[in-house]
Amino acid sequence: MNIAVCVKQVPDTWAEKRLQESDATLDRDAADGVLNELDEYAVEEALRIAEATESQVTVVSMGPERAGETIRKALSMGADAGLHIVDDTLHGSDAIATSAVLAAALKAKDFDLIIFGSESTDARMSVVPAMVAERLGVAQLTFAQKVDIADGTVTIERVTDTGFDTISAATPVVVSVVEKINEPRYPSFKGIMAAKKKPVDVLTVADLGIEPASVGSAAAWSVVAEFANRPPKAAGVVVTDEGDGGTKIADYLSEQKFI
Amino acid sequence: MAEVLVLVEHHDSDVKKVTLELLALAGRIGEPAAVWIGPGCSDEARATLGEHGAVKVYVADGEQYIDHPVAPAAEVLAHLVQQATPAAVLVASSADGKETAGRLAIKVESGVITDAVDIAADATATQSVFGGSVVVQSRVTQGTPIITVRPNSAAPNVAPAAGERVDVTVDLSPVATLATVSSRTAAKKDGRPDLAEAAVVVSGGRGVGGSEGFGIIEALADALGGAVGASRAATDAGWYPHQFQVGQTGKTVAPQLYIANGISGAIQHRAGMQTSKTIVVVNKDAEAPIFELADYGIVGDLHSIVPQLTEEIGKRSG
Repeated sequence: MNIAVCVKQVPDTWAEKRLQESDATLDRDAADGVLNELDEYAVEEALRIAEATESQVTVVSMGPERAGETIRKALSMGADAGLHIVDDTLHGSDAIATSAVLAAALKAKDFDLIIFGSESTDARMSVVPAMVAERLGVAQLTFAQKVDIADGTVTIERVTDTGFDTISAATPVVVSVVEKINEPRYPSFKGIMAAKKKPVDVLTVADLGIEPASVGSAAAWSVVAEFANRPPKAAGVVVTDEGDGGTKIADYLSEQKFI
Repeated sequence: MAEVLVLVEHHDSDVKKVTLELLALAGRIGEPAAVWIGPGCSDEARATLGEHGAVKVYVADGEQYIDHPVAPAAEVLAHLVQQATPAAVLVASSADGKETAGRLAIKVESGVITDAVDIAADATATQSVFGGSVVVQSRVTQGTPIITVRPNSAAPNVAPAAGERVDVTVDLSPVATLATVSSRTAAKKDGRPDLAEAAVVVSGGRGVGGSEGFGIIEALADALGGAVGASRAATDAGWYPHQFQVGQTGKTVAPQLYIANGISGAIQHRAGMQTSKTIVVVNKDAEAPIFELADYGIVGDLHSIVPQLTEEIGKRSG
């Protein structure tokens, strides 16, 4: 099988994030860039499936030059090759444009299985996997907590508010995985060294046959009209427990009409 | 006045609360029209939608809508967008809702905004991003605004309208039925409200000390009719199931009341709860950053404070 895993470089999960005054896009220089945490599960799942089925795994990422580090991280975990879409015109692209670029890149390679993390920890929209499936006209099997493959049919457990649904479709499919589907491996020293020699194709928007004017901030179908940092919360009342802490909270909740 | 489509979230014949909230927001922009996809649209359900402002209830009935997730719903909405040229489409910010909105946006070539917490009459959406640290006003500039809205973003309005049933038949494309649901598995039913929709959330973290410690957290949640949440430290340790994790990589909640017990308040957790209306904190470390968010906080041992609070609530409401 031919497997793609789509990854995104995001600001470190534990860092404070800010929008830039100039163009209301995420200030990506303010924090270290890391492989989106949910995508680590996607890479691990791709590697496990590849090991069981003797498949190839290609890591696909759209992002600025330094997102190449993220591709290398996935390669050092064990993926075989990389595909990096880098283009200055992509800055500020919305989910619509992102899905168009990824779909164009994926379409060219005839993947049987395309795996995403279920969301990025920066934008948190959770729509790109579904949009890519829509654009490619293939089945979407998203929010998976378990993925099984047998005889060209992929079966997943889709997490719902009330449990999970078992859903299947024949390949090709787009899968997204949730946190805790597996335990992502750490890159070994050998893996890190090997990753340096693995091939990474670097493509521009034009290479994919996409009109540069159709991506980036100017082409986005929604705009940020204004934004403001939330003012710090007014200080509340904090008291030390003297044996009646529970009663004191009950008093407060009564005052606020919660009880 | 132009219609505003609201995709109904329902469980069998029960309309979820978030849908009534969406109808209230839709009424600001235009004439609310509910869209019921799948079986179960009883006269009672339709009456509920009508009472909350739905002038029409479009009904796309059929098992195919529950046998195949997301893609068919997007096709129905695309059909209605083309036919009714609505002023906006509002969808709940659930997993299904966001994915349906995303696919619809591509089908009808329109911009999509996710996780709005408020919507103005001109369909400008307010979003609370980066875990609530930044408040953004966004507008769709192409096509029909498609906006997904978080639960608890508005109060349902009683605004009686006709709720006239309009049946919709759509020939689904072969692509819409590629993925098939073979079975549904319900998690153990605990009788508590959904974490994302609950008006009260009681959470536990590292300070709870172990899975048995969650007993007192659950008892407090039950006394308040709330849902139980957990910090990542607690779910990573296996003390509480992962689907109850509140935080940047878990659920985002904005209840009327959030009670954080034994949670230090790392950004990972704050990102999932800091837009809660009222926040109460119990932590034995007076320096814990979670106290910065507290409307009311007690520095002390949750193992004595939480049971005392539960008992006190029982007395006062009994």
